[in-house]
Amino acid sequence: MLAPRFARGTIQPQGKTQMTGTTSRRDFLKYGSGVIGASMLPFLKALPARAAGGDVLVAVTGQTINSLDLHRTGTNRASYQVAVNCYDRLVSFGTKEAPGGGLSYDYSVIEPELAESWTISDDGLTMTFKIKPEAKFWDGTKVTAADVKWSFDRAVSVGGFPTVQMKAGGLIAPEQFEAVDDETFVIHLERPSKLSLPDLAVPVPFVINSKVAMANATAEDPWAMEYLHKTPAGSGAFKVAKWAPGEQLVYERNDDWAGGPLPGPKRVILREVPSPATRRALIERGDVQLSFDIPNKDAAELADKVTVYSTPIENCMHVVGLNTTFEPFQDPDVRKAIAYAIPYEDIFQTAAYGRGAPLWGGSTEIDDIAWPRKSPYYTDMDMARSHLEKSAFAKGFDVPFSISLSLADWMEPTALLIQESLAGLGITSEIEKIPGANWRTAALVEKRLPLHLENFGGWLNTPDYYFFWAYQKGHLFNSSNYENPEIEALVDETLHMSMEDPQYMPNIKRMFAIAFEDLPRIPLWQPALNVAANGAEGYEFWFHRQLDIRPLKGA
Amino acid sequence: MSARLTSVLSRIAQAIPVVIGVVVISFVLTRALPGDPAVYFAGAAADEASIAEVREALGLDKPMLRQFIIYVGDLARGDLGQSISSGRPVAEDLASRLPASLELTLSALLLSCAVAVPLGVLAATRPGSPVDHLCRVLVTAGVSLPTFFTGILLIYVFYYLLGIAPSPLGRLDFIYIEPDHVTGFYLIDAALAGDAETFLGALKQLVLPAITLALFTMAPIARMTRAAMLGALSADFVRTARAAGLTNRTVLYGYAFRNALLPVVTTLGMVFSFTLGANVLVEKVFAWPGIGSYAVEALVVSDYAAVQGFVLAMAFLFVLLNLVIDLAYTLIDPRIGFAAK
Repeated sequence: MLAPRFARGTIQPQGKTQMTGTTSRRDFLKYGSGVIGASMLPFLKALPARAAGGDVLVAVTGQTINSLDLHRTGTNRASYQVAVNCYDRLVSFGTKEAPGGGLSYDYSVIEPELAESWTISDDGLTMTFKIKPEAKFWDGTKVTAADVKWSFDRAVSVGGFPTVQMKAGGLIAPEQFEAVDDETFVIHLERPSKLSLPDLAVPVPFVINSKVAMANATAEDPWAMEYLHKTPAGSGAFKVAKWAPGEQLVYERNDDWAGGPLPGPKRVILREVPSPATRRALIERGDVQLSFDIPNKDAAELADKVTVYSTPIENCMHVVGLNTTFEPFQDPDVRKAIAYAIPYEDIFQTAAYGRGAPLWGGSTEIDDIAWPRKSPYYTDMDMARSHLEKSAFAKGFDVPFSISLSLADWMEPTALLIQESLAGLGITSEIEKIPGANWRTAALVEKRLPLHLENFGGWLNTPDYYFFWAYQKGHLFNSSNYENPEIEALVDETLHMSMEDPQYMPNIKRMFAIAFEDLPRIPLWQPALNVAANGAEGYEFWFHRQLDIRPLKGA
Repeated sequence: MSARLTSVLSRIAQAIPVVIGVVVISFVLTRALPGDPAVYFAGAAADEASIAEVREALGLDKPMLRQFIIYVGDLARGDLGQSISSGRPVAEDLASRLPASLELTLSALLLSCAVAVPLGVLAATRPGSPVDHLCRVLVTAGVSLPTFFTGILLIYVFYYLLGIAPSPLGRLDFIYIEPDHVTGFYLIDAALAGDAETFLGALKQLVLPAITLALFTMAPIARMTRAAMLGALSADFVRTARAAGLTNRTVLYGYAFRNALLPVVTTLGMVFSFTLGANVLVEKVFAWPGIGSYAVEALVVSDYAAVQGFVLAMAFLFVLLNLVIDLAYTLIDPRIGFAAK
């Protein structure tokens, strides 16, 4: 029984190490399983034989998964992957080729996951979903519309991030969700929106086994937050076999998954290794098959040794924020002077090691609605000086330059290079490092940082969604306190507008033109999510920037 | 013996004000830190209302004094609170992480003593000899190399280049299941379960991080042993012993070494306590799920309960350690009265 799996295992790549005669884990698994007898523990006995055939994948990450329930308060980003891998949503996104190699989700294609089919009424206000009759939770019970309703009710009721994300798609109150019969689920919208259907494919509206959850709910905890935090109850492609926060998460395949094609590996082991140097040694040696979210530097250096996917993150930009409450930045010429003074290429090479996509030196003509897009600015100190001379601050000024300590890996080199360049204009900036826990309050809530670096990425991939968060007055990621009546009107009008609407494209182009003229945010580059694979195939980039293990295969 | 017991109890009683002080200070200090946990844990896209909800859920909307009373009340019931970042009770987190740190630190110290003490003794008995120089070089190298550097270097040589060491993936490689929890020390638990395979697996994982830490802790121990031995060897009683015709061995180990042990044990206690809390870097490099990295992560996100739990656990450990060291003094030197202290 083991023999054929063995045979497949013998052609595994070994990583590009120079030595001979060493024993990597793969060798151990291959040769070792022959001598491991029945006296061994079941885990130990089962694993080596399977690993040789690609049935077990080992991935490493630097982040900690702190909850198995995305809806809980305090659940961190790394934990979103449990919602992706262990739960199903009604719909999912398609797959396309990613720029920079590998695969990516496709925002423009909505595919079924738990829903077999769906219809949207002509007025766009009623969405009716037919749930796959064969869809079953892990405990064997059928996935019903009542489960979907309970899960959606939970997402809009628990507050915090899940509720905010649901709201983006116009999903606000439990009254909007209706379980007509076991297999028919209806959503009533207050207004038609192009964001509603995609918002059902983000990790938040996942479907929970409501019978199990309610059996473990209490009067103080009606949404079973305590129970689901440690014990997922879903219908997804993988179950959680073991979870030790700070150490590892072991996924085990659900062979009855109805949401999509059955994943290749039977077991995926995700180990938490905080040190990037250690993770790099592991992936280079081929002892782990996937290293998720590696630093740009490692991505650049590993690219010719193992397979590295560097996918520019959609709808995401690293920008310089110029706060309009700071007097010199109210002058358009000062803003343009700074935009021309930024050493873009140096920053891109130093801070990003060339990973991602440049966002400078674009054409002044806006002829499409691609976003993020290159700004028309480029490094030109003469242009910068002439703009500054036109302004009321020709002699320069002093300004604090704020960066977040928890994002120092890209913010620090970027800020240093900009600081040096601004000094050439007579603008003196002192770098102020703000602790990660304070950053959000200072930059996004109080919006009190004159000159700062910022990063926002929208999950829903339309330019108007980006503008809604980052350019509209008072909105969270508008860290520059930017306010422009035309932008306000344009975003309000366009946010829920269908992309087929004849007015959509002109509106978006106008937003771009205003944003590049007013420059509250100067685009630097589009960051990349780097993943290294050595013995795993099928990696797919997702906007949520977490590891979707479902398409992975052993090489 | 009962006199000793009463004195031990009185020592423990003396520690109570210290612990109370630690409780108050850790409570005030965590809250004095910049950062708002409610904002942090509400997530990046949260609005004012959801932040307020989170603040209420965490009990941070109450006045400081009220929060403190609730905290002390919980403490009295043995409840260290709930860590927001790990989502588990702090006591549970500490119970799983403290043994990991203790196992690593204790093995490192054992290793370190096994090398440093004999080296120090040899260096003292032969000052200026090659052994003495070796001791000096080793000690200088040990302290001057930061632990994360030694750790990465060892991984590079023994794992990456030579392939002798196992993957630096924490306490156990993923092909093993951890032994049933008895003490939380994998080596002991595996031995108790009679599982030689897991014992070896855990031991292999332990070797590199233990060597890394041992290299760092060797320096103070070797230096202190050498200095104390030099002092003891030039003392009058050693001269008397030699004059009385005792063998060199008896003089060295029976008299000089025993007298030199006091400062060595003191140093050992200090080294132990700072390594336990300060081996964050080693933990990070070897993916060791210890208490140091837990505390640092909790501090970064202003996870009050976890930070307070860590400080309290360390305080208890210190009190205990000092007690053990004081007891060790009386064993080494009977002249030191325990009750008098």
